[in-house]
Amino acid sequence: MAKYKDVLLDPVFNNNPIGLQILGICSALAVTTKLETTLVMALAVTMVITFSNLSVSLIRNFIPSSIRIIVEMTIIASLVIIADQLIKAYAFDVSKQLSVYVGLIITNCIIMGRAEAFALKNDPVISLIDGIGNGLGYSFVLVFVGFFRELLGSGKLLGYTMMTVNTEGGWYVPNGLFLLSPSAFILIGLLIWGIRAWKPEQVEEE
Amino acid sequence: MGLEHYLSLFMKSVFVENMALAFFLGMCTFLAVSKRVETAVGLGIAVVVVQMITLPVNNLIYNGILKSDALAWAGLPGVDLTFLGLITYIGVIAAMVQILEMTLDRYVPALYNSLGIFLPLITVNCAILGGTLLGVERDYNFSESVVFGIGSGVGFALAIIALAGIREKMKYSNVPDGLRGLGITFITVGLMAIAFMLFSGIQL
Repeated sequence: MAKYKDVLLDPVFNNNPIGLQILGICSALAVTTKLETTLVMALAVTMVITFSNLSVSLIRNFIPSSIRIIVEMTIIASLVIIADQLIKAYAFDVSKQLSVYVGLIITNCIIMGRAEAFALKNDPVISLIDGIGNGLGYSFVLVFVGFFRELLGSGKLLGYTMMTVNTEGGWYVPNGLFLLSPSAFILIGLLIWGIRAWKPEQVEEE
Repeated sequence: MGLEHYLSLFMKSVFVENMALAFFLGMCTFLAVSKRVETAVGLGIAVVVVQMITLPVNNLIYNGILKSDALAWAGLPGVDLTFLGLITYIGVIAAMVQILEMTLDRYVPALYNSLGIFLPLITVNCAILGGTLLGVERDYNFSESVVFGIGSGVGFALAIIALAGIREKMKYSNVPDGLRGLGITFITVGLMAIAFMLFSGIQL
């Protein structure tokens, strides 16, 4: 059981896909202006990565290695289409806000990377857990960024007012920069700094 | 739809709607391959070429096959295949990258070797798929998609070369331990994105 726990929790802090492996950053930045879209995105990615890991691992002994990339691509693309249709069906407003970024889960390198590096070499159960773990690691960074961007940018969380902004007679002067794209970079940069200050073994050698 | 329209679309896609710094597309390669200016230039060229080919091809496929009622000429009115879009586009992109790889290997081996692993990775570069999806979302016609393809490719190349230049200089500065490498790169890109936002008010 200890092995499963390691596989599940390692990607969250010790080997975070965004913070350490530089994978899957595009969507992490673009969808995080609001916590709601962030959560939907995190859920979609976790679902896709879990099932793609499971499916790739199930058929790993039958895929000739010369065509494995295209097989993985097809599996991932089909899963993303399912996720896209589900979001459109049950959360249409959010799907409008996410615009092209749901489709871009296909090119999210975390999913491809885990299929290549883990699912092809391990049995289905542990691959499934690895998928969930990496999905969690990704979601952790996304939710962190989304939380601060919505809170500091518009004084709200999930659409509920947390700090009344000055235009509505409150005390909080919203920092508009957090609604704009560059703030996500700076937040992730600071998050990486924080994680590495806590776990110095991740510091990069020059 | 004169020349002016295309020129403004081009300028818009290079500066105002910069793939990397305004839309955050292609970030993985953007951060990973920007350590040296030379490789950044190579990757930039590769992205421009792939973008220039795949966008128009995908545009033709969308307008000719996938769009609802597009198959009316084949006696299949009312057929809507848009849900197959994602899987088709990624197939086209993968095929294009493969062709480009073989061509480079044959004629420009030096560039092929310096790009190494990053050429196949262009397949999963979101800037390429993102360009296609944005083109579809905005209903570009064929010639607009050519211009948008070139423009967005050039914009990406510009951004990655600029970042590589900054990172080369940064080797000589004393960055705090935890920020070294990835952390400071993120913050640098954030500052660059703020600079690029100055273009956003420009009406062309």
